[in-house]
Amino acid sequence: MLHYILKRVLLMIPTMLGVAVLIFLLLRVVPGDVVEARYMGSGSQFQSQELMLIERKKLGLDQPLWNQFADWMSGLARLDFGLSMWTGAPIIEEIKLRFELSLQLAIMATVVATLLAIPLGIIAALKQDTWVDYAVRVFSIAGLAMPSFWLGILMILGLLIVFKWLPPMVYTPFWVDPWENLAQLIWPALAIGYRYSAVATRMMRSAMLEVLREDYIRTARAKGLWLKLILVRHALKNAMLPVLTVIGLEFAFLMGGLVVTEQVFNLNGLGMLFVEGVTRRDYTLTQALVLIVAFVFIFVNFLVDIAYAWLDPRIRYR
Amino acid sequence: MKRLAALLALGASALLAFPLQAQTPRSGGELVFPVPSEPPSYDGHREETFGLIHPVAPFYNTLIRVDPNDKGGTTPYPSLAESWTISPDGKTYTFKLVKGVKFHDGSDMTSKDVKASYDKIVFPPPGVGSSRKGQYADVASIEAPDPHTVVIKLKEASASFLSSMSSPWNWIYKADILAKDPHWYEKNIMGTGPFTYVEHVKGSHMVGKKNPNYWDKGKPYLDGFRALFIRDSAANVSVIRGERAHIQFRGFSPAERDSLVAALGDKITVQESPWDCVLLVAINHEKKPFDDKRVRRALTLAIDRYQGSEALSKIAIVKAVAGVQVPGTPFATPPDQLAEVAGYWRDINKSRAEARRLLKEAGVPEGFQFTFTNRGIPMPYEPLGVWLIDQWRQIGLNVKQEVIEAAAYFGVIRKGEAQVFMDFQCGYIVEPDLDMYKFLSSDRNPANYGRYTDRVLDELYDKQGRATNPEERKRLIRAFEKRLLDEEAHYLITLQWHRIIPHSSKVKGWTVTPSHYLNNTLDTVWLTQ
Repeated sequence: MLHYILKRVLLMIPTMLGVAVLIFLLLRVVPGDVVEARYMGSGSQFQSQELMLIERKKLGLDQPLWNQFADWMSGLARLDFGLSMWTGAPIIEEIKLRFELSLQLAIMATVVATLLAIPLGIIAALKQDTWVDYAVRVFSIAGLAMPSFWLGILMILGLLIVFKWLPPMVYTPFWVDPWENLAQLIWPALAIGYRYSAVATRMMRSAMLEVLREDYIRTARAKGLWLKLILVRHALKNAMLPVLTVIGLEFAFLMGGLVVTEQVFNLNGLGMLFVEGVTRRDYTLTQALVLIVAFVFIFVNFLVDIAYAWLDPRIRYR
Repeated sequence: MKRLAALLALGASALLAFPLQAQTPRSGGELVFPVPSEPPSYDGHREETFGLIHPVAPFYNTLIRVDPNDKGGTTPYPSLAESWTISPDGKTYTFKLVKGVKFHDGSDMTSKDVKASYDKIVFPPPGVGSSRKGQYADVASIEAPDPHTVVIKLKEASASFLSSMSSPWNWIYKADILAKDPHWYEKNIMGTGPFTYVEHVKGSHMVGKKNPNYWDKGKPYLDGFRALFIRDSAANVSVIRGERAHIQFRGFSPAERDSLVAALGDKITVQESPWDCVLLVAINHEKKPFDDKRVRRALTLAIDRYQGSEALSKIAIVKAVAGVQVPGTPFATPPDQLAEVAGYWRDINKSRAEARRLLKEAGVPEGFQFTFTNRGIPMPYEPLGVWLIDQWRQIGLNVKQEVIEAAAYFGVIRKGEAQVFMDFQCGYIVEPDLDMYKFLSSDRNPANYGRYTDRVLDELYDKQGRATNPEERKRLIRAFEKRLLDEEAHYLITLQWHRIIPHSSKVKGWTVTPSHYLNNTLDTVWLTQ
């Protein structure tokens, strides 16, 4: 097992390096830079070329590409992401602010999704082709068909029109005011969790159906074991493998991919920061965010792989 | 009888006094407003976005400002300078400062601070960027002969100098801090304004509280303010509708205004104004057949601005038919005179017939195809782009639209590859020197993307800028406008933006102006409850 973990950890290094090179080059292929975004889009009557030269020099954008890359890499080696080109603030500060919210939202949405998906998926599989199964299928297909931002808009409008109440628009950390925190985050967590659960429910149902048809389940039933015991001890563990992959990937996606939902609920999360970084051509910030999201993806997949190994001993011995 | 007369008199005086009492500013309360952008840095001398000025202006004062009650947004008004005089030759401006002004750190504000701030704007030290240096090219020197006097000498008399000095961006910083580090104000806030800085949580909000030692006694009325950074326009509407915020200072679309009024009724007050922002159509003079002024004139003659105004003002943030100045402002061309300029004729059939004739004369065939490049911003670029294409099709042109992502747009345009494309201008004060600078020959202004040289136009611009007699200046501006839009048709002006501010009826003491950069000091604003 230790060898397996070590191998996976070592594999992370070339992957991260590849991501770093790719994002560095891709960002510079796109036309425009942070100085243009800052001064040319404002419609100001007096656009000073001198000012733009000063700003480019200040940010090191007048340096050759290899020089900029070397600077960035040497910073990364010291775990220093540098300064945001747009605000001039340390990137780690910019990200720290948003990371907390994104992480909490991702955890809350995952909890909502898991609590919905696992029981619904199992029930649907057990009651295959009955009205219960159909109801679960309609519920999950509706979740897949409805974008979570749209559901979010409906929620906000519903709350406004019916209850004349709007969720708080400013983030309050959980430990400062749990009620205010939950009053803001529960709605996006429900909107995202529902879509997320729909994917997982479908996966849970089909995996469970497959497992329930396996010989060892039939044998267990033939032995006269309780259905509950068969499900928990034998079926669920095996059916969870593909569901875990879905949950892991979705969780990683939630850490940086909730752009529109964050906009709808005005959440100060990583998704919005990502879009702002790209539209403002804030190279340093975008590079750091891509690396972080890539790391989250790799790390979550790593955890999923370990969970796989724990759930399925065959993987450990391979 | 006497008692009855006395009672009636008392009743009448009470009735008369009531509206006055109702308008008496009330102290207290926190003003909450969403800002659909965010400050990149805190330095007003460097930045150009309203995302800075809306939340940060209340921490500062300027030397002079635009009268906060002037709906036209053009009248210079005292601020840190209580008065000023102009020498007979128009080259020396002497500003007398208010005494007893203190910075938020408790130190005195004197002419040394004003000089240091203006030196930073006009003569920035090496490595320090100043966004508005070009506006003060006429300034020869800035002097501080005594602690309460500032003297600014110009190389030439300038008709626009006081307006330029009313810029809401020219915040007065502390000289000692600037001497130590001219970049200090990029990351810190410390001014003389009516509010003191409390906190800025990036991506979330900024808070200010009342400055108890504010030099303008009795102000501000508010206990504080809270700016919420909300990018999404639907979320901006939601916070006003949900009464979690009082006002948004940039503006809403007609549909958003209507939905707020329908939902909140008399809890909402709507203020509107022509907006000192406009989408322009730039024509690349280096691309054939647009080097021919007959073709350019045909493009403007095809556009029915009056009908466009009527239709588009229902769905987009545009309204007035305008020349080079915002309608209703001191140097704007009156509508009947504007109607004589090509593209502004009232008879659209005559106008389009002339456009077709010009195209034929220039050898442009029926169905000639060209690309119109537009910026990837929905409001109002998208509806205006669609409208323009439709107008040009009506004179037999076949126009294809190419939309470029907003941040990459000007980088692409600057390369000079586009044929006809959308350009944009937005000002902080309606002033011909500022609004017409855009159209100077491209060797004088690189932001002129039409890539033309027109010395006659340049000369008219220079002359109007020196004309201290308003009537003479108006005449020169008309000549400039006629040459720019009609005779040479270098640029096309679409429709003036229209600023719509639906705000909580609790908000008083704030007047809409044509610029969303003005009136954000919040010293005059108060809440009824």
